[in-house]
Amino acid sequence: MSRLEQLYQQLILDHHKAPHHFGEADPVTHDAVGNNPLCGDMYRVTLTVVDDRLIQVKFSGTGCAISKASGSLMAVALTGLTVAEALALKNRFLEFLNADGDPDGLGKLAALGGVRQFPARVKCATLVWRAFEAAIESGGHPVSTE
Amino acid sequence: MLNEGGRTQALSTDFPWVTANHGYSYLDNGATTQKHHAVIDRITAFLSAEYATVHRGVYRHSMAATEACEQVRHAFQTFINAPHAHEVIFTTGTTMGLNTAAFGMANQLKSGDEIVLTEMEHHANWVPWQQVAQRTGAVIKVVPITPVGELDYEWMATHLTERTAVVSVMHVSNVLGTINDIPRIVAMARQVGAKVVVDGAQAIAHIPVDVQALGVDAYVVSGHKMYGPTGVGVLWGKTDWLSTLSPFVYGGDMIETVTVTGSTFCGLPGRLEGGTPPIAEIVGLGPAIGFLQGVGWPRIMAHDEALRLEATTRLKGLDGISIYGESSTKTGVISFGVAGVHPHDVGSILDECQVAVRVGHHCAQPLMTVLGVPATVRASFGVYNSSQDIDRLVAGLEQVMAVFR
Repeated sequence: MSRLEQLYQQLILDHHKAPHHFGEADPVTHDAVGNNPLCGDMYRVTLTVVDDRLIQVKFSGTGCAISKASGSLMAVALTGLTVAEALALKNRFLEFLNADGDPDGLGKLAALGGVRQFPARVKCATLVWRAFEAAIESGGHPVSTE
Repeated sequence: MLNEGGRTQALSTDFPWVTANHGYSYLDNGATTQKHHAVIDRITAFLSAEYATVHRGVYRHSMAATEACEQVRHAFQTFINAPHAHEVIFTTGTTMGLNTAAFGMANQLKSGDEIVLTEMEHHANWVPWQQVAQRTGAVIKVVPITPVGELDYEWMATHLTERTAVVSVMHVSNVLGTINDIPRIVAMARQVGAKVVVDGAQAIAHIPVDVQALGVDAYVVSGHKMYGPTGVGVLWGKTDWLSTLSPFVYGGDMIETVTVTGSTFCGLPGRLEGGTPPIAEIVGLGPAIGFLQGVGWPRIMAHDEALRLEATTRLKGLDGISIYGESSTKTGVISFGVAGVHPHDVGSILDECQVAVRVGHHCAQPLMTVLGVPATVRASFGVYNSSQDIDRLVAGLEQVMAVFR
């Protein structure tokens, strides 16, 4: 595969064209915005966390194919995990992108590995993950049942 | 010949970067330009054998370095047809020049005074004035743009008032390429007694600048966008206007006397040039000026226009390309979007196809909001570009469409 084919694998293009979990969680227990001021990309990640488990992971906003596909793949991968499992997966994924780590256990997320050859694009792949991290770190807010 | 068989040739091949990167098309000249060999050679020679501080030394090297810097001041004066050399203030670039203008005027602004900017301004011409407005209570008024990407002069004619203290506007848009009608703006400003500050960063290497013919109060540029070094720029201002500015940078070099209780400042240009200046960069700016003068404006403008027209026509021939900014008076700057593809993806693929473009908001977020896009792709031309660079751009865009078909 050429560098471009590795960057824009069919799986990435499919998730870009028809992103999964695109929208807003309901109810929202945790949320955060990820913003790349260099390019104007902006996403909002919203979560429904019940009993320490991610019942819903949603993202919305605008950005490039890489950032959008990353949001879609992230939402799919994290839904149903406990918060601790999700944070561990996030760490493993970021390590994989930044340090040429092992793709074992990353499943479809490994398709985003093409960005490792495009240093300027690593931030595109990590943007929504940073927003997810910020949403969890925000501590969340109680869900109104009204 | 500039144009053989409908193909535009490079105006100069004396750019080592372009030679070193043969086969790669550099179309990010709006961000920064590559350096002419005379600039590189002059800086190397100066740093190798002539370097010393300026203004203070009584030894030969310092006197010679001072003289070398002053020669460039005079060369720049001639280049923009300024009346006096002391009106040429060396800065570190356009951002510093605009900050010097804005914060220098702050002490003259009162609550309710108006600062007029335009929707197409670069952040360097927004943020300093916003800060000054917050500190003084002045109000910012924003001139809208028309659908083709020109300033709405009619709006301007009815919205400048007796309270308008300053109009700060770019000469050429870094996104749209539009050449603004500065004399028309000056005529309107004069009727209400407002000063006119011009951000000339995108004009200085593309069109002749005659500050007396333009009639402006201040004109600000960067060296690195005119084939010269980074870290040096010029704020030119009329003596009367410069004399009203408070210094923006205080410290060494700009003082007359300093005591423990207070200081007095020296006259122009030193009063506005606090600290040791970028000596080697100022010296290196000299050959950049000489290069532009040697090629001459008729050839530079004809080359710029030929590339712009060819690129515009060929981009319009591709499906899904929208061009932002269709004024009839433009420089070689073309911003565009590719339907369904984010500019970042376009930029990465073009780089793989050996083409450098700028993608993003171009430090013009208010303009992006007006255009209704988060970002654009921008191709901007320089003297070393040719039709071959447009061939690569078009082939690259075809590759973009193949990936995202």
